[in-house]
Amino acid sequence: MNWTWFHKLASPPHFYRLAGRITPWLGWPAFLLIVIGLYGGLVLAPPDYQQGDAFRIVYVHAPSAWMSMFIYGMMAIAAAIGLIWRIKLAHAVAAAAAPVGAWFTFVTLVTGSLWGRPMWGTWWQWDARMTSELILLFLYLGLIALRASIDDRERADRASAVLALVGVVNLPIIHYSVYWWNTLHQGSTITKFGKPSITFDMLWPLLVMFVAFKLFFGMVLMLRVRGEVLRRERDASWLREELTR
Amino acid sequence: MNLSDFLAMGGYAAFVWPSFGLTLIMLILNVRNARRMHALAREHALRRLDAARKPT
Amino acid sequence: MMQTSITQAMALIYRGDLILAFRRWEQIAQPVVFLAMVTTLVPLALSPELGELREIAGGVLWIAALLAALLGLEFLYRSDHADGTLEQMLLSGQPLALIALAKTAAHWTASGLPLVLVSPLLAVGLGVPADALVVLMTSLALGTGILSSLGAVGAALTLGLRRGSVLLSLLVLPLAMPALIFGARAVDMAIHGEVARGPLLLLGAMFVLSLTLSPMAVAAALRISQE
Repeated sequence: MNWTWFHKLASPPHFYRLAGRITPWLGWPAFLLIVIGLYGGLVLAPPDYQQGDAFRIVYVHAPSAWMSMFIYGMMAIAAAIGLIWRIKLAHAVAAAAAPVGAWFTFVTLVTGSLWGRPMWGTWWQWDARMTSELILLFLYLGLIALRASIDDRERADRASAVLALVGVVNLPIIHYSVYWWNTLHQGSTITKFGKPSITFDMLWPLLVMFVAFKLFFGMVLMLRVRGEVLRRERDASWLREELTR
Repeated sequence: MNLSDFLAMGGYAAFVWPSFGLTLIMLILNVRNARRMHALAREHALRRLDAARKPT
Repeated sequence: MMQTSITQAMALIYRGDLILAFRRWEQIAQPVVFLAMVTTLVPLALSPELGELREIAGGVLWIAALLAALLGLEFLYRSDHADGTLEQMLLSGQPLALIALAKTAAHWTASGLPLVLVSPLLAVGLGVPADALVVLMTSLALGTGILSSLGAVGAALTLGLRRGSVLLSLLVLPLAMPALIFGARAVDMAIHGEVARGPLLLLGAMFVLSLTLSPMAVAAALRISQE
């Protein structure tokens, strides 16, 4: 197999230019799809037969929840690539992704709580999904804190990568143990969350939002990686050509 | 369907609108932070290049 | 020159660390005293009624033991880092993961084991019946073992950082949550006279997993800290 494309992609100047070129191609579709998804979700979709209009929170809650997990996984893959092949760009990607992932996790928790209030009758329920999401937020915060407290960039990169990998090995364990724990203490919980009796006009805005959030993350990641690359490569000769052009 | 019905969200307005509002604010903040981070890094790099050029 | 085999090296490190630990006896005593204090706080804060305390004893003992075991973690590699021993370990040509395993074992013997040994005493104070004490000790032995091996990763990652100890707890506690779930549950089942085999077995599985995987992460983190 020919790996030149890979090495080319991993070279900072090439990636810097490429990222700059594709950012608008991610950003504008994301913007458009978010508008379409919001219109579909808030206006066109009929209210749920059980939850009424409160179910519409799913259009921001579910895509955020999916992104919070997706970003952690992607970050761990980037971290592994960075550790194994010593590719600096992969570390830059991991560094850029962590705060965005933490934001999505935070939004998932808050929207979950806002959804839970009318459904459960309380702002917070120690429900399995919410609890694992909270632990995920702690993992993100740990990563961000570790990176912030190491001054040497290379060490920060590699130490964060090790932690991200330890975290990703632990995530399934945390997930299943929290579910096990939750089924034990279920008794008192009364949920109005019905069976997924979702119709097509409820479903398509959700799918649109999923795609939109993914594109959005792509755009933000590209912007952040460009910033990271600039910070890391500040003495490289290509930077002189690139910036003074 | 009129506007006030839409805004009332079947009585769930106090939960639906903050959720959507917060999510949108988060999205906008993320774009702004990312753009600012890139702009700052660029400015910093340019200043470094200028400083490096001067002595010669 | 005589070659030292890795088993000899591990035994030497284990013994050396233990000798050092027992010379500084206050470091061994501190977590134990901390555990005793926290368990004393509980009746004072809630109620002296043994029947009520029994209901939460499993969780309380587990939380207190986890926090107590966190206390000494930051010292795990600190002196080795400061006096250059760590560098010698890296240069020794011995597999670093196994050296890390020996150090973790020594750390557990000096910090986890004392907690396990005093736990029955404190448990009786919280109204735990005598039949549950074996399960309590087993679960805590496995749990402090898991915390020592996870904590070793955290200690290696935060080596030489300012305010490393706060960061260390922030990194390690979320990873230790599954162990807490099963451990506290096992003790709770035993207190209520049920057979706590299931959670104990899962805890054992976690112990084996953390013991096999974390030395490698520690080795990687130590190499990174010395680059």
